[in-house]
Amino acid sequence: MRHSLSIQIGPVAFRIGSAWRAPLDALARLYAAYPAPRDGICDFTVRLEPEKPWRRHFRPSVAIKGDYILPDAAPLSLAHGLLAAEMGMNLQMALGQKQYLLLHASSVEKDGRALIMTGESGAGKSTLAALLGERGWRLLGDEFALLDLDSGELLPFPRAVSLKNGAIRALEAEVEPDRFGPRLEGTPKGEIRHMRPNDEALARMGERARPALILFPRFGEAEAVRGVGAAETFMRFTQASTNYVTLGARGFEALNRLIAGSPALAIDYPDSDSAVAMVEGFWRELAA
Amino acid sequence: MAGIRYIADPEEHVRAVELDGLSVLFHERSGMTHIVAAPAPEILGALREGPADAQELLRRLSARFAFEGEEAEAAIHARLGELEAAGLVRRA
Repeated sequence: MRHSLSIQIGPVAFRIGSAWRAPLDALARLYAAYPAPRDGICDFTVRLEPEKPWRRHFRPSVAIKGDYILPDAAPLSLAHGLLAAEMGMNLQMALGQKQYLLLHASSVEKDGRALIMTGESGAGKSTLAALLGERGWRLLGDEFALLDLDSGELLPFPRAVSLKNGAIRALEAEVEPDRFGPRLEGTPKGEIRHMRPNDEALARMGERARPALILFPRFGEAEAVRGVGAAETFMRFTQASTNYVTLGARGFEALNRLIAGSPALAIDYPDSDSAVAMVEGFWRELAA
Repeated sequence: MAGIRYIADPEEHVRAVELDGLSVLFHERSGMTHIVAAPAPEILGALREGPADAQELLRRLSARFAFEGEEAEAAIHARLGELEAAGLVRRA
């Protein structure tokens, strides 16, 4: 590859190679404060290549490649090269991670204990984690929660937060401008802007947290709370995990332990501020 | 007349956890996870005593549970069909 960049994010080291310089420059700015891989060895490689060789210059479009590939990963326009790199990193994790139970969930920590939020795309788990991360909690990750198979602890994976549409404005209002990547318009998911987690999240990316509460948030409804039974939580997490089936009995045991130790609630919320207030309320009750 | 006889994998190959009155089963042979309700766990337990057809199974279950009558036999047939489709029991 002509250009490359290696970064350590929590326990995982990535190498991103690209046929073009621009996406890597954007990535390097976004991940400026992240350490280089600890031992120089990368767990996952992402490659951004021209969809066809002659398309590197003429109407370039980016194909995402790596050790693990999906045959139908759609090519993106070069203007969305940063998004391609981010999607490539997600894809490598989702397909290749075998060391931890990988949950498609966001997570934040306070007092050494973690809150895990999962739900369908658009439910607000990413926005909510990003907001909490600016309001006294430590952001562990907005996309993937890594559960240690032996200890049951969560490992931070504080990638750049992928903000979509309305969430962009909400975070721009409370976060320093230099933590944002370029505004990407007209992507398959609408408008996207990446945000670097704050210094605390990065400085403490080696510090694990014990899960304490599970939330299934749903944005756009009047405020409501309902307890979610352990069997339903179990089923939802098997669906929210990309490697549960691959891990076999170890995944089953890890998920059981998570569910046995953490109550689960489904919450509906009309706006981010009420969701943050609800979370703070649950946290107080849990500590009491 | 003897019906189709079924067997189930031994307990050590099917990890089970009770959650909210349901059983979550991890079936090692297939690597699949199943969430089942009563009387599925009871049927699996009774089949572990040895291969049995629906009538024999009903005899074993009625010895331990209030589980009798024509409807019970129909229910056992239905549950055995579901458990066979899930790979948790198979024909002996």
